[in-house]
Amino acid sequence: MRKYSLTLLASLVFVLLVGLSWTGSLSSYAQLVIMFMGVNIIMSASLNLVNGYMGEFSCGHAGFMAVGAYTSSLLTVWFFTRGSVFGVNLLSPEWSPWLFPFILLFGGVVAAVLGLMVAIPSFRTRGDYLAIITLAVNYIVKSAIENIQAIGGARGFMGMSRVVNEMKNVADIPWMMIWTWIFVFLTLVVIQRFVSSTYGKGIIAIREDEIAAEIMGVNTRRAKLVAFMLSSGLAGVAGGLFAHILGYINPGSFTIMKSTEALVMVYLGGMGSLSGSVLSAVLFTLMLEVLRPLQVIKWVVVPLILFLLMMFRTEGLLGQRELTDVFPRLKRFFGSREETHGAL
Amino acid sequence: MSLAMFLQNIINALQWGSFYALIALGYTMVYGVLLLINFAHGDVFMVGAYIGFFISTFLLGAYALQLPWAMSGGMVLFLTFLFTMILTAGVGVTIERVAYRPLRRKGVSRLYVVITALMVGLLLENGNLALLGASRKSFPELIPKVLYSVGGVNFTNVKIIVIVVTFLVFIFLQTVVLKTKWGMAMRAISYDRVAVPLMGIPTDTIIVMTFVLGSSMAAVAGILYAVSYPVLEPYMGALVGWKAFISAVVGGIGEIRGAFVGGFILGFTEIFVATLFPSTYRDLIGFGVLLLILTFRPTGIFGVARRTKV
Repeated sequence: MRKYSLTLLASLVFVLLVGLSWTGSLSSYAQLVIMFMGVNIIMSASLNLVNGYMGEFSCGHAGFMAVGAYTSSLLTVWFFTRGSVFGVNLLSPEWSPWLFPFILLFGGVVAAVLGLMVAIPSFRTRGDYLAIITLAVNYIVKSAIENIQAIGGARGFMGMSRVVNEMKNVADIPWMMIWTWIFVFLTLVVIQRFVSSTYGKGIIAIREDEIAAEIMGVNTRRAKLVAFMLSSGLAGVAGGLFAHILGYINPGSFTIMKSTEALVMVYLGGMGSLSGSVLSAVLFTLMLEVLRPLQVIKWVVVPLILFLLMMFRTEGLLGQRELTDVFPRLKRFFGSREETHGAL
Repeated sequence: MSLAMFLQNIINALQWGSFYALIALGYTMVYGVLLLINFAHGDVFMVGAYIGFFISTFLLGAYALQLPWAMSGGMVLFLTFLFTMILTAGVGVTIERVAYRPLRRKGVSRLYVVITALMVGLLLENGNLALLGASRKSFPELIPKVLYSVGGVNFTNVKIIVIVVTFLVFIFLQTVVLKTKWGMAMRAISYDRVAVPLMGIPTDTIIVMTFVLGSSMAAVAGILYAVSYPVLEPYMGALVGWKAFISAVVGGIGEIRGAFVGGFILGFTEIFVATLFPSTYRDLIGFGVLLLILTFRPTGIFGVARRTKV
């Protein structure tokens, strides 16, 4: 029973969320916030892999998100809708709900390939250079999209809401809510499995001491590449979800500000703490929404809160620990993962 | 491209590169001493421009307090430089004292300090937006613009001032870093941060000195920028700051020469891309060139690869 309690809890939350949005008990605004929460969880958890577990500093996560967002939106719009950009739909719209996750994953793969291209030159060098290279790549991606007029350039790209409508025509259920939270769950499982595998322990070893890790037989270059690709690929998936939730994307959505938000969520939750990332993504999204009435002041209050947090609780909400380490009583209910994780 | 146009672009590129170079200095010096990417520095540049705006308008008597004597524009500009540099240096040192030093004392991972720097930058930007509102400020014209034309090449006195001041700053900083005891201490800290305090060098004082120098140079850049492009807005420092940081790295971070060369490389690339291609390609090609340089010379142009001792 303890082994499956986390899965059970997750499914319960999932069913509750989907059910409430289906019956319309949740307003569409609340649904939007909840879906963005999911996207933010994927963003922070995936960035945590590189910045937290591996101890590198990647600060262009939004660039990968943009690649995933554009790839998957272009494909869905091309496949399932009849529009001015691509003409007649390629496939029957009835397939849209079933092919959608594969297209999302494909967007993730493209983002991961970009991640590979970024990682290869940067890992030849000292640690901080990854920061610069990812930063520059974020600008390059944004600027490149702005310059491709065929996909809307700086005006942005839309049509994803029609795709979502096609899905609704097949079956009238809140598809985006379903897919968002399924992918959140998958992301968390993948990352959890990854960091508790031998491979992932190699990555944590790299953070603690790269040279020692190499001597102990960790193939540091390959481990870094894999972690970086996984992280950027997941960011691509998050981007695809983001695009379809919003129904409209433009290069301005994927600026350095977006990357900064992801960074903030990682460090707010604690480097190398998966439950911390989830917690901080949820809190951060809620905080942004709660502070919305403050308007301009909001963007003073948010950095101020985070600044104070850094001053007085530098290691983030949970530090390098998981939720179960902070509240040991939870272990009674959710035992399964700590055998692998507590040893660290 | 005709020769006159080429020379014209060279002058524009020198001016544009000057801003990057002056801001890159602050990044490179702080990184050299603290190994900290001070992401708030671009916003210190913005703060410098705003302080310059308020001081110059104050000196021109735009507020209730009228100065008893009238001053020429050049005098106002000189005083603006002086006071702005002092005040902005104060801002830089305050940031160091309030945000970075406590974290350094705690001995936490550098990455947390970088995030704090990002937060400080956002605070400066948005604090400014909340305090002064979104309306843009226009910087007063302190010295009348004179247009010179030599053989088809047009340039204003402002451009010449920008370029000359930048080179003066370069010579000044090179002298400080290479010839004075302070500079020697700074270089020593970046060389070996364990041994230096043992030699009786006051590390904290040197760090404050570094922030004073870096921030006052950002103030110089801010005023020069405001004189050349007299529109101020709270986010003016963000993009310029990120770009200056990348150019500091391309030059070889921790090196004064590197900051200047990197800044000018970025300035030249951007200006020439804007002439040869549609100007929307500026960021794309500019960053592409910088990435290319970093791929082939990962430590930057003047950077020396340091071997890690096991």
